[in-house]
Amino acid sequence: MSTEALDPQGPKPRHWYEWERIVVYTFLILTSVYFLMPLYIVIITSFKDLDHIRDGNIFWPQFSYGEITTTDPAGNTVTAMAHWWSPWYRAMFEVCTGLECRGITPNFLNSVIITAWSVPISIAVALTTGYALSNWPFKFSEAFFTVLIVGSFIPFQVMLYPMVLLTKNMGIYSTLSCVVFVHTVFGLPILTLLFRNYFASLPVELFKAARVDGAGFWRILFQVFLPMAIPIMTVAVILQVTGIWNDFLFGVVFAGLPNYPMTVKLNNIFTSTFGIKEYNVEMAATMIAGSVPLLIYFLSGKYFIRGIAAGAVKG
Amino acid sequence: MSTATKSKTSSVSIQNIAQSYGALQVLKELSLDIPEGEFLVLLGPSGCGKSTLLNCIAGLLEPTQGKIFIKGKNVTWEEPSKRGIGMVFQSYALYPQMTVERNLSFGLRVAGMAKDEIEKRVKRASEILQIEPYLQRKPMQLSGGQRQRVAIGRALVRDVDVFLFDEPLSNLDAKLRAELRVEIKRLHQRLGNTMIYVTHDQIEAMTLADRIAVMKGGSIQQLDAPLTIYSKPKNRYVAGFIGSPSMNFIKAKIGGTAKSPTVEVSGQTLDISQYAFIDGTPVGREVEFGARPEHINILRGAAAKGKNVFSATIELVEPMGSDSLVWLELGSQKVSARVESSETFTPGEKVAVQFRVDQASIFDLQSGDRL
Ligand SMILES: Nc1ncnc2c1ncn2[C@@H]1O[C@H](COP(=O)(O)OP(=O)(O)OP(=O)(O)O)[C@@H](O)[C@H]1O
Ligand SMILES: [Mg+2]
Repeated sequence: MSTEALDPQGPKPRHWYEWERIVVYTFLILTSVYFLMPLYIVIITSFKDLDHIRDGNIFWPQFSYGEITTTDPAGNTVTAMAHWWSPWYRAMFEVCTGLECRGITPNFLNSVIITAWSVPISIAVALTTGYALSNWPFKFSEAFFTVLIVGSFIPFQVMLYPMVLLTKNMGIYSTLSCVVFVHTVFGLPILTLLFRNYFASLPVELFKAARVDGAGFWRILFQVFLPMAIPIMTVAVILQVTGIWNDFLFGVVFAGLPNYPMTVKLNNIFTSTFGIKEYNVEMAATMIAGSVPLLIYFLSGKYFIRGIAAGAVKG
Repeated sequence: MSTATKSKTSSVSIQNIAQSYGALQVLKELSLDIPEGEFLVLLGPSGCGKSTLLNCIAGLLEPTQGKIFIKGKNVTWEEPSKRGIGMVFQSYALYPQMTVERNLSFGLRVAGMAKDEIEKRVKRASEILQIEPYLQRKPMQLSGGQRQRVAIGRALVRDVDVFLFDEPLSNLDAKLRAELRVEIKRLHQRLGNTMIYVTHDQIEAMTLADRIAVMKGGSIQQLDAPLTIYSKPKNRYVAGFIGSPSMNFIKAKIGGTAKSPTVEVSGQTLDISQYAFIDGTPVGREVEFGARPEHINILRGAAAKGKNVFSATIELVEPMGSDSLVWLELGSQKVSARVESSETFTPGEKVAVQFRVDQASIFDLQSGDRL
């Protein structure tokens, strides 16, 4: 009847050019440029030869490759055919720190070994401790938990020296196992806290039901709780992988020269004053070092979301 | 000696159980004997220790004191799974990552039972509980009622002697609750197991129980058949807790003589010679006269002039469909009466009330005990 019924209802539709949107997008674009610019420069620099770095524009990539000249540790000038991957090859297999010219590969492998052992061990121990603390209270479990919380606030530096003494006495100082041991110990407080709180948030009745069904300590952990712990497990893995891979302090202190992890090696390359400074190789080494955490983030992001969605505890 | 022989005849026997958390005493020297095949309901307000008692029976809590016998065996320190009990929880507590079938068979697999025997038992339980169509689903894909059936099934497959239920229906809506209540009763009749059932819903308690244990503050106030509890409550607490709308309590004094006692309420008297006192007639005692709303008649006209009636004024009428609840003022005290909804009353009307003395309860004003 009335024309009003035919009029559009609700708020006026919005257009893409509304000024609020323009402001938001401008801000977002500027922020991403600001954060991506260094990465961009690192990547293109890692594919340049030294002449281009010296003479070219820092923002402009190099497209053609010719001959390059470098100086080896003995002081001889070496001429070689340049490829786009040359700096990466040098970074992996040739770059020198001191008199050792084996590239970063040995240290990359050290980091892989340290991470591959430390992450599962620390998570397994913390998982069990957290589960025991939340579901199998013993006489001093509250006190133990308090100590653990306090422990997670004490700076690592304070415990560095005692730890050196301890590992020396254990006879593992200056080995890869020593670094793994230290990472496991120092990872425990925060990880245990994480798991304890997660398990404490699950309904107690679930635990009781499993007890009535006859399941014991380990069976409840592995068959009932672990399948429900995927989200928190993902968090723990990300936390530990990035933390341990990026660790510098424990690597320097506990690993010993041949066992230095990637981060320590990278630092030594940067601070090496020997010969000319090879920015392209340094950038390539940086990218290789950073690739592992990046990869973890990209791969686990999917599982992280999936874990949260599937881990709904209700029911 | 006597305790050992006693526990032989009963399915579950609890002797002087006490449980405390620090200074807080949750169970106080509680004893309870449950014969084989009985459906016992633990009824009480929130926080009175019902779940604590059930957890002690299940072995999920260590009592600070006392003994528990199941089928004549002292199980006070026994593992939950070795006690021959199955437990059903309010929140279902199904293993969320397992299918219904694996939920049902979990306990059997833990016990290392042969595969075909497991299959047989799961099949039987799922037939009884009508959950066969959902065997391959995860708990998250089930409705609340279906989940609770699976939870019951988990106890059923283990072929236990005693079923423990901790408010199994509280999370369900009213209709489903009524349905499942009937099913639990049917299950009990079919299996004949001993069942201990915790609830704070008195309808559930009345309809399901062979006997009800009314609890308060960690001790049992009265343990009797539902109708006994309803009509002869042992004390004022039980009388007030059971029944909805709840019992009227009228402050009064016992008068007359031991042969023909009366109660006196603000100058008016009522002959109570029909009332069966437990232990003599306490003439002169201050009491509370308890009458349920359905045991009060409202009289008008000539009938209101008779003896043994109290004059009262209509205050308020609450129609409830099948009947109405009428609130009256009796002197300074308020009384509610249940009447046919066809009868109409207007607020302010002067009427008389008549009590059915044989159905009434009289409690000591001080101690609250039934006289
Ligand atoms: N772990 C505990 N530590 C301290 N106090 C507790 C603990 N568990 C229970 N209580 C206390 O014990 C009392 C009885 O608890 P319980 O769970 O047995 O009550 P309930 O009768 O089952 O109540 P509801 O009907 O609400 O389930 C409560 O006062 C509660 O606060
Ligand atoms: Mg409870």
